Amino acid sequence: MAEIKFENVIKRFRDVSIIEDLTIVINDGEFFTFVGPSGCGKSTILNIIAGLEPVTDGKIYFDDTLVNDLSPRDRDVAMVFQSYALYPHMSVYENIAFPLRMKKVQQKTIDEEVKRIASLLGLGDMLQRKPKELSGGQRQRVALGRALIRKPEVFLMDEPLSNLDARLRIEMRAELKKLHHELKITTVYVTHDQAEAMSLSERIAVIYQGRIQQCGTPLEVYTKPANIFVGGFIGSPPMNFIKGTVKSLEPLQIDCNGITLSTIIFSRPPLLKGDEGGLIIGIRPEDIVVSERKPEGKVKVFISLVEPAGSFNWVDVIWNDIEMKCTARAGSDLREGKEAFVDFPEDKVIVFDEKSGKRLFPD
Amino acid sequence: MIKKTGFYLLVMLVLLYCSGPLLWQIATSLKPDYELTVIPPVITENPTTVHYISVFKERPFLRIILNSAVVASCTTVLSLIIGSLSAFALAKMRIRYKVFILGFVLSVSMFPPIATVSPLYIIIRELGLRDTWLALIITYTTFSLPLSIWILTNFFKEIPDEIYYAARIDGCSPFQIFYKIMLPLSIPGIFTTAILVFIFSWNEFLFALTFTSTTSSRTIPVAIALFPGVHEVPWGEIAAASVVVTIPLIVLVFAFQKRIVEGLTSGAVKG
Ligand SMILES: Nc1ncnc2c1ncn2[C@@H]1O[C@H](COP(=O)(O)OP(=O)(O)OP(=O)(O)O)[C@@H](O)[C@H]1O
Ligand SMILES: [Mg+2]
Repeated sequence: MAEIKFENVIKRFRDVSIIEDLTIVINDGEFFTFVGPSGCGKSTILNIIAGLEPVTDGKIYFDDTLVNDLSPRDRDVAMVFQSYALYPHMSVYENIAFPLRMKKVQQKTIDEEVKRIASLLGLGDMLQRKPKELSGGQRQRVALGRALIRKPEVFLMDEPLSNLDARLRIEMRAELKKLHHELKITTVYVTHDQAEAMSLSERIAVIYQGRIQQCGTPLEVYTKPANIFVGGFIGSPPMNFIKGTVKSLEPLQIDCNGITLSTIIFSRPPLLKGDEGGLIIGIRPEDIVVSERKPEGKVKVFISLVEPAGSFNWVDVIWNDIEMKCTARAGSDLREGKEAFVDFPEDKVIVFDEKSGKRLFPD
Repeated sequence: MIKKTGFYLLVMLVLLYCSGPLLWQIATSLKPDYELTVIPPVITENPTTVHYISVFKERPFLRIILNSAVVASCTTVLSLIIGSLSAFALAKMRIRYKVFILGFVLSVSMFPPIATVSPLYIIIRELGLRDTWLALIITYTTFSLPLSIWILTNFFKEIPDEIYYAARIDGCSPFQIFYKIMLPLSIPGIFTTAILVFIFSWNEFLFALTFTSTTSSRTIPVAIALFPGVHEVPWGEIAAASVVVTIPLIVLVFAFQKRIVEGLTSGAVKG
């Protein structure tokens, strides 16, 4: 078990800068997740931790040991590769057993461990098959098994559940969480699945354009996105963004597409300087409720699309020429093209500075 | 229907064209002496084995075959060992100027043998290796290595990097990765290379002619070339000997051909 420390790490491929100045500490025993758009360098970060990619500059420590020049096998990490990377000439059994074989573990122990991991992952009856005889999801579980059979200093998992069906994914998610509680091994995780990131991680780092945009607990990142990018990236479907302007400073009033957000909710008005110009008001779809009757809502909108999501509906509306995604009760009688009313929850808005993109409210 | 017939006709034609010389040799080797020079050539009606018998009875042909077998096998093994290790490094390890190294290696094979034979002869003589197996093994290995390295590098490159990475993560040393992962996954490449190198060494003539002088190390092509006496050319024996020494190659190719199946890495990575 180890704490992983990045100190001013820079990674370039030839002249293309992938990671610019990464400084971060992943605590001992923490479940830490990197999220970010495709190609932002998540896999590269894992490869750097594993020692598969050298850094262009900067230092990496495991606890107090500088590991920059340590080979992967001296770092004692286990990794689930995004592309699985199974050994095609070995059976499922041998694939999972391989790390233990390399450690010269006794055959009896290996056998027990492989059986245990295989049943955990539901691979019990395909141990003798070769990888090419497996489905994508089964291969992915073998890849997971090959990592989980070890008790390394660090687990690195690159989208380890991406190819599983919805149910299996949730099952495996729970298994991973249980396993992490049991073993308390530092885990660095990469996923595209918001829900997975939220439910598993103790902390999340959002990477974009080579930098950490925000690092915090899932709740922090969700409720207080550091900037417009994080706001739009975390949460699915993404947050609505509406242009706003400061109408007056004393008392503070913000105009948001025709409605005025009152001052009461802003605890620190000085943050909003009128001369700085534009604001961006962010509001999550799940916080806006559409209904067909007037008394419940204040703002008149037209419905452009209704997407049932099971227990509720996603509803796209047009509100004074801007599009917005909202929610509605499953039973409600909303039709495309009809008018409806939304309740715009002032206390749920997140206000960003348009120029810098930084969050102004809540603080 | 016509398309299919045409296709098979074409295949037959190509096959006949390729195997023509061999068939000719077989036909010749079975003819009695008096039919050998008949024009137009005929397919004999009284096949005989006298030429085969005389090749082995009147000449040290077994010893010659042994020479060739030892030289070709040793060359193949050496070339594969050195070649696959270099290829592994060039394909998977972090080395600077890989492209230049590979280009340089390949350029070595571009020297025409005739240009290097005299300096090599001097070296071999000074080393006291004239007329030994070793002289040929060393020379053949240097000449076959570029090809081996080139083929094997390409085979190793085909193996996804992630598999190499996974093995490193799982605690393999580079050498363990080499023999536990890389070799089993590039068996087709190994066999392809082995066959090519073996055939090259089996058939090589110029160096063999220059470096050998007696039966103790003379190889098949040279020996056969020296069959003709002052007054006569023993066509029958030459043909019989050629047929005999071609058989191992055919057996070799057919035996290994089964191993040369593609798709060994399927299932390793996504997609
Ligand atoms: N060996 C390499 N040489 C050059 N560029 C590379 C190399 N490996 C990765 N890159 C580039 O680095 C960037 C980050 O790649 P990386 O694989 O880390 O992305 P990622 O965040 O894991 O994306 P995804 O979510 O799609 O897996 C990409 O733009 C990619 O093109
Ligand atoms: Mg990736």
